[in-house]
Amino acid sequence: MLELIKIGIGAAIVNNVILSQFLGICPFLGVSKKIKTAAGMSGAVLFVMAISSVVTNLIYSFLLVPAELTYLNTIVFILVIAALVQFVEMVLKKVMPALYQSLGVYLPLITTNCAVLGTALTCIQNDYGIGTGLVYSICTALGFGIAIIIMAGIREKIEYNYILPSLKGMPIVLISAGLMAMAFMGFAGVI
Amino acid sequence: MKKNNVLMERLYNGIVKENPTFVMMLGMCPTLAVTTSCINGIGMGLSTLVVLALSNLMISLLRKFIPDGVRVPAYIVVVASFVTIVQFMLEAYVPALNDALGIYIPLIVVNCIILGRAESYASKNPPLASLFDGLGMGLGFTLALGILGAVREIIGSGAIFGYQFWDTPVGIFALAPGAFFVLAILVIIQNKMKIKNGKKPEEKSCDGNCAGCMTKCEEINKEEQGGN
Repeated sequence: MLELIKIGIGAAIVNNVILSQFLGICPFLGVSKKIKTAAGMSGAVLFVMAISSVVTNLIYSFLLVPAELTYLNTIVFILVIAALVQFVEMVLKKVMPALYQSLGVYLPLITTNCAVLGTALTCIQNDYGIGTGLVYSICTALGFGIAIIIMAGIREKIEYNYILPSLKGMPIVLISAGLMAMAFMGFAGVI
Repeated sequence: MKKNNVLMERLYNGIVKENPTFVMMLGMCPTLAVTTSCINGIGMGLSTLVVLALSNLMISLLRKFIPDGVRVPAYIVVVASFVTIVQFMLEAYVPALNDALGIYIPLIVVNCIILGRAESYASKNPPLASLFDGLGMGLGFTLALGILGAVREIIGSGAIFGYQFWDTPVGIFALAPGAFFVLAILVIIQNKMKIKNGKKPEEKSCDGNCAGCMTKCEEINKEEQGGN
């Protein structure tokens, strides 16, 4: 149990997926203009990451390992994730229209989000079992949520401030992200 | 002679005019993650260059055979195959670089530059031009990563290509926050130059949809064609 908590905190805060591993920078910079969309995006990432980590783990240990095809993992994983996102979208639309309403628009965006593939590959590289892998990926997604929602909050405030013309847009966002990364480095001693 | 011009134009386009990192702001994850030193940045750039050039060539050769409805999965398979090949080559011949780049090598698959070029250029143009388009984009990416890596290595660890010349470096630049700061500074310089030339600095970034980068590239291409 302690081991799981350690992995969880490590994934969510200490080795934050965005601020220290640099996975999923595109949505972090692109979909962080409003807190509402940022929350929607992180919800969708949480959903897809949890499912994809279980599915890729199952495929890896019951299909690729027995067939000695482990070198195909990159190809198989990206295709599985792409198919899975489509599938999840269809199922949600049919079964849970309310959830689809709030997450639906973000789902297609994460097919090629490198955080999802990165997490699936990390689980395999670190030999996490299905349970540990699930905890790891849920916490990674939570870390993604924490970072993107804080960023969106900062950007909503930045809107009302005067910013030098040459710093407008991307540069000020990157500087804020750098300061956030510095703050998150403070957690390095936690585990 | 005319053909040569097209090829050279593709190289120039990739390196300067549509530089994937500085102008288009694409492929940010590897850009920020692996540029802790100049050599890592260049290594990542060259790996991406190989994948980009070969997958552009392959997709261009196959462009008449791939059905429109399944083109994106087909591109992903082509790209992922080349990435796997590059990964094993690195593991065999440059294990040190492979260890330094780690998980970012397989993640070249989801680099939006590659899918973006496949969709917006290679799927519509002849093989040779597509190959050169990939080479140009790859060189532009390598150049950008090399510059970022060099700046971070010089300030962050007081060294260049492992040669130590400064005893009290600013360590933060070699760590995660430094990546954001250096990129921010480079974009600011670029914006300043644009403002000086009387142009408005535009906000270009991936909107979180890597597949959407393709449509974005297309829109940009259309604008260009309209402008000409």
